[in-house]
Amino acid sequence: MSESKNAKKYWKENLKYLAILLVIWFVVSYGCGILFREELNQYRLGGFKLGFWFAQQGSIYVFVILIFVYVRLMNKLDKKYGYDEE
Amino acid sequence: MSVQTWTWIIVGITFALYFGIAIWARAGSTKEFYVAGGGVSPLANGMATAADWMSAASFISMAGIISFAGYDGSVYLLGWTGGYVLLALLLAPYLRKFGKFTVPDFIGDRYYSNGARTVAIICALIVSFTYVAGQMRGVGIVFSQFLQVEIIWGVAIGMCIVLVFAFLGGMKGITYTQVAQYCVLIFAFMVPAFFISFQMTGDVIPQIGMGGTLEDGTYLLDKLDSLHTQLGFKEYTTGSKSTWDVFAITLALMVGTAGLPHVIVRFFTVPKVKDARKSAGYALFLIAILYTTAPAISVFSRTNLIETVSETKYSEIPEWFKNWENTGLIAWTDKNGDGKIQYIAGNALDGKKPVYTETRGIYGERMIANASAARNELYVDRDIMVLANPEIAGLPNWVIALVAAGGLAAALSTAAGLLLVISTSISHDLIKKQIKPDISDKGELMWARASIFVAILISGYFGINPPGFVAATVALAFGLAAASFFPAIILGIFDKRMNKEGAISGMVVGIILMLFYMMKYKLDMFGGGTKEDWWFGTSPEGFGTVAMIVNVVISLVVSRVTAAPPKDVVDIVESIRIPSGAGEASVH
Repeated sequence: MSESKNAKKYWKENLKYLAILLVIWFVVSYGCGILFREELNQYRLGGFKLGFWFAQQGSIYVFVILIFVYVRLMNKLDKKYGYDEE
Repeated sequence: MSVQTWTWIIVGITFALYFGIAIWARAGSTKEFYVAGGGVSPLANGMATAADWMSAASFISMAGIISFAGYDGSVYLLGWTGGYVLLALLLAPYLRKFGKFTVPDFIGDRYYSNGARTVAIICALIVSFTYVAGQMRGVGIVFSQFLQVEIIWGVAIGMCIVLVFAFLGGMKGITYTQVAQYCVLIFAFMVPAFFISFQMTGDVIPQIGMGGTLEDGTYLLDKLDSLHTQLGFKEYTTGSKSTWDVFAITLALMVGTAGLPHVIVRFFTVPKVKDARKSAGYALFLIAILYTTAPAISVFSRTNLIETVSETKYSEIPEWFKNWENTGLIAWTDKNGDGKIQYIAGNALDGKKPVYTETRGIYGERMIANASAARNELYVDRDIMVLANPEIAGLPNWVIALVAAGGLAAALSTAAGLLLVISTSISHDLIKKQIKPDISDKGELMWARASIFVAILISGYFGINPPGFVAATVALAFGLAAASFFPAIILGIFDKRMNKEGAISGMVVGIILMLFYMMKYKLDMFGGGTKEDWWFGTSPEGFGTVAMIVNVVISLVVSRVTAAPPKDVVDIVESIRIPSGAGEASVH
């Protein structure tokens, strides 16, 4: 496989990961925390109304997890295409 | 020991620590000065980024703002953390691979034009100066509040400290001082939170305590909602902003965060692309500790405040109330003559701040000249929620002193990061890249130090004589960053066809539109206007979202009808998309 083809495939897979992760990012913060908060507020998580919890706590936890998942995915992808540096 | 003695001791120790680090980490070359030599470990860089990011506003004001805004305060929590996801996924790795020193460097090279570089420099300076003035003010306030010195001396002391570690060490000195400052500020923020959470709910962890139960078995948040409803406030967990506006403000803050030059530049300091990704993760994790605790503090302090003051006789009020009244952050007028404090919905004052009359009322309260006709009798400044929280909860004196040291660490670390961006914009982007390309490394370093010195003087001046618009514009700095940098950088990486015509016209239109909207609706220029006149019901804080979309659309349209970028620029884009071979950040 030529170098430029390799790079193209790598970039495509990268974009796929980005799309998936950003959809989760959007759904959790803008979806659960803002747009659908009233529907979610009918459910509870301990003392929290669920929509309120997503807006002030849950989304932030998910953000942190998303970045670390991204780091792992990309490290694997770098290895697969021979772009890792150790 | 008294609070004041404790404060002097703790602040003294932390300052000595910062000085020590500054002397140890002196910078010898421009590379050390701009990007700390490019050899900072991801964890250290994460801590430095977190300290850089969390300003006096995060530390002192945010929990207070949320405690008065309830659900509406979520915009800050989401906006100032979610931006790191964008930063980690869309910007940091590519900019690190690109491997220069600054954001204008990237814009100038990617768009093969000094015009684009100049636009980027101007945007960086506007954003950084509005931001840094607020930090210096924060330093002054903490000093005057806790150490009883005049604000002017507080600002002067703060300026000297920043000068020493920024001037000597540049990015290297700043990075390692910020690591220490992160430790100080997070410790200072968490200790009172643990205490108060345990006191109120029996859970030590504030994030859990916030959803926990009180002694009588009711949930804390339910209790607060019902207190709010009884007193005529909006329910705490519901809020009153429109859904669209919450959406727009959150997006503007997120994108603005990812576009702030002093945050982006931090990712140039790590050795590899891999480290840039990981470092963003550490940074957000370390920031999230404070950002998930802050809303809990808001709930605790709001409940505490209402329960302590509502329907309480002024003569039986605790000492802290009178202390803060004396410093002008609390005001009470006995409107119905019953000697008790009525704290209900409605503005207690005509205007924003109390105007004291230098006389005392029959209970010994400070009289004010601008009490309003509303039935609410109490004015409480939002900033005291974090500062006074330990006193309200009756915590030991050393905890109260710790909060002062934490506030100072937060303000100083952010100020230092911003000053570095300002000095780099001048010495590197302007002098080295445009005016005098053959300047020596030593000469450039001298320019960098000289411009940091001048920038400190200017920001100190604004700290002592804050122009009225500073408070109003700090939040808007995000809108400006969102409307200018963010689209140009993203499109530069993800759209190979983007050319200089597209990027420049997008940035110029974006930032002008944002400035116009801000001046019209915040500063009453161009005919002003009220809430009803907002475009699509978007507040000035949320308008960055609209301006950003306009920027993207214009960039795309203009780039497609003008010439494609040259081959070597397309090669740059292809090379930054591949992580290996980043090498060290260099001048090329």
